[in-house]
Amino acid sequence: MHMADALISPAVGGVMWAATAGLIGYSAKKVKEEMNERKVPLMGVTAAFIFAAQMINFTIPATGSSGHLGGGLIMAILLGPYAAFLAMASVLTVQALFFADGGLLALGCNIFNLGFWPCFVVYPLLFKTIAGAQPSRGRIIAGSLATAIVGLQLGAFSVVLETLASGISALPFGTFVLLMQPIHLAIGVIEGFATAAVVLFVWKARPEIIEASATAKPFEAVSIRNVLVGLGIATLITGAIVSWFASGQPDGLEWSMFKTSGHEELEAPEGVHQTLAGLQEKTAFLPDYGFKAPPKAEGEKELAESWPAISGGTSVSGLIGSVLTLLLAALIAVVLRRRGAAATGNIKHPF
Amino acid sequence: MSSISTHAYDLGTMDRLSRQDTSVHRLDGRAKLLTTLVFIVTVVSFGRYEVSAMIPFFIYPLVLCSLGNIPLVYLVRKIIVVAPFAILVGIFNPIIDRQILTTLGSAQISGGWISFISILIRFTLTVWAALTLVAITGFNAVCAALEKLGVPRVFVVQLMFLYRYLFVLIDESLRLVRARSLRSFNGKGSGIRTFGSMVGHLLLRTLDRAQRIHQAMSCRGFSGEIRVLRPASFGLGDVAYVLGWSVLFVGLRLFNLPHLIGNGLTRLFA
Repeated sequence: MHMADALISPAVGGVMWAATAGLIGYSAKKVKEEMNERKVPLMGVTAAFIFAAQMINFTIPATGSSGHLGGGLIMAILLGPYAAFLAMASVLTVQALFFADGGLLALGCNIFNLGFWPCFVVYPLLFKTIAGAQPSRGRIIAGSLATAIVGLQLGAFSVVLETLASGISALPFGTFVLLMQPIHLAIGVIEGFATAAVVLFVWKARPEIIEASATAKPFEAVSIRNVLVGLGIATLITGAIVSWFASGQPDGLEWSMFKTSGHEELEAPEGVHQTLAGLQEKTAFLPDYGFKAPPKAEGEKELAESWPAISGGTSVSGLIGSVLTLLLAALIAVVLRRRGAAATGNIKHPF
Repeated sequence: MSSISTHAYDLGTMDRLSRQDTSVHRLDGRAKLLTTLVFIVTVVSFGRYEVSAMIPFFIYPLVLCSLGNIPLVYLVRKIIVVAPFAILVGIFNPIIDRQILTTLGSAQISGGWISFISILIRFTLTVWAALTLVAITGFNAVCAALEKLGVPRVFVVQLMFLYRYLFVLIDESLRLVRARSLRSFNGKGSGIRTFGSMVGHLLLRTLDRAQRIHQAMSCRGFSGEIRVLRPASFGLGDVAYVLGWSVLFVGLRLFNLPHLIGNGLTRLFA
């Protein structure tokens, strides 16, 4: 359920990046306060454990397929919500960079969908209430199942909302929900049982590990509320800004029948680039070098107005031009590769 | 089993590729990271029915792979492995969106097919750019760049730890899987009970390992900060790199180059 860059719009990606960056900053602050820098290697190695554990499968009786451990829940149980959120974010970053599993722009969405729900919402509300301070076999199984199922349902639903808001896929809301939720119900059941099996084993072998994390630190309940409130405010503000910029740009909408209401605002180029330009200013990298966006925003308006007008005549010349451009790009690449290999004497790869 | 080993091997290949010494490898990590982000944002900012205007963007990953001596076949294989998700979601577009948008000769092409092709192109471009970034930068340099750009240190250290111990733990879990498959016949012993104790053992060993690592690091003066040897300096070359590519991306975003070329040519021969 990792989202790809190809299916999201810059506005959705940017908003989710901002939300996730805020959460990472907040979690980092909390972890730092809590430290205990003993937790630093613990977090890192636990995240690596998630990767390794996902390579171990078990067979699911009567289906012939196999399942493996998910990530967020077991880390929340072992590390607590803040450290677990950071660890989950790091796992998803490595997956995006090395396995291209989920894109870079979509990374904010993915961290939110797979990290925020299990770590900050479902684990404290469900797992802690059910498995609680006095864990038993049944409570651990019930808690893991409920947490995994609800967490994945929320995550899958977020995927649906983010994809719809981006407007690249033509899937209508109802169909997409009917596709995503049942699949993730099944995955949730499997993940719940897998997590329960591992937690039960650890609970028997080293009960102090599970119990130490189950006894809540008092500040957590309060600060999670803060996170939620802050996040809500941030979302409202960003949403308001985006729709405000977009509302003055009512072009090219009516010719697509399957757009759900509201997403046109997000797609409108001017709003997008205002938001992104704002973000760039906020991150304040090389503020004097103006590769921000003002000239771009103008030009895009023209483009946005012109792109619905694809006609038969222009598409032929477009095709010819595309092929030529691609050949040109390939030619440049070949020349550079020859020259590079000759100059540095690097390893030669078969093309 | 074989897929697991290739995964692990894959990580090693990326790491090896990133250790080369070419002109693009020598650039500052921040420059490459920022340029990649500009590239991805520009590509996904195209409208959903845009196809031809995205083609010139292939120049970016192609040039970087050439300059960085990255084998194309290897990256293409990686892109194909992750393609099913984009194809799965995208394939609904031709089914749902049947409005005819354009004709090519006598063939009528619906909006759904155009947006599907558009999804595939933007998928290839964005994934290729992300993989190229790691292959020409290396994970540790990406982390260092993140820290310099203001990402909290705790998170950066977390990323570096994860990467460092990934190799060790993947080896360990490969050994576990091999041992189990040697001992299980007819699918016996590969159920959830064995799984629970296997992964549980791996977890306990991991926790012990974390403790040993922490003690060893404390003995050597670890204070929550990882120091990297490679000095990172943002020079004129890096500025030129970021600006040059960004100007090109914005230019290609504003002007549909294939259209211009195609129009010019058809006019020339008409």
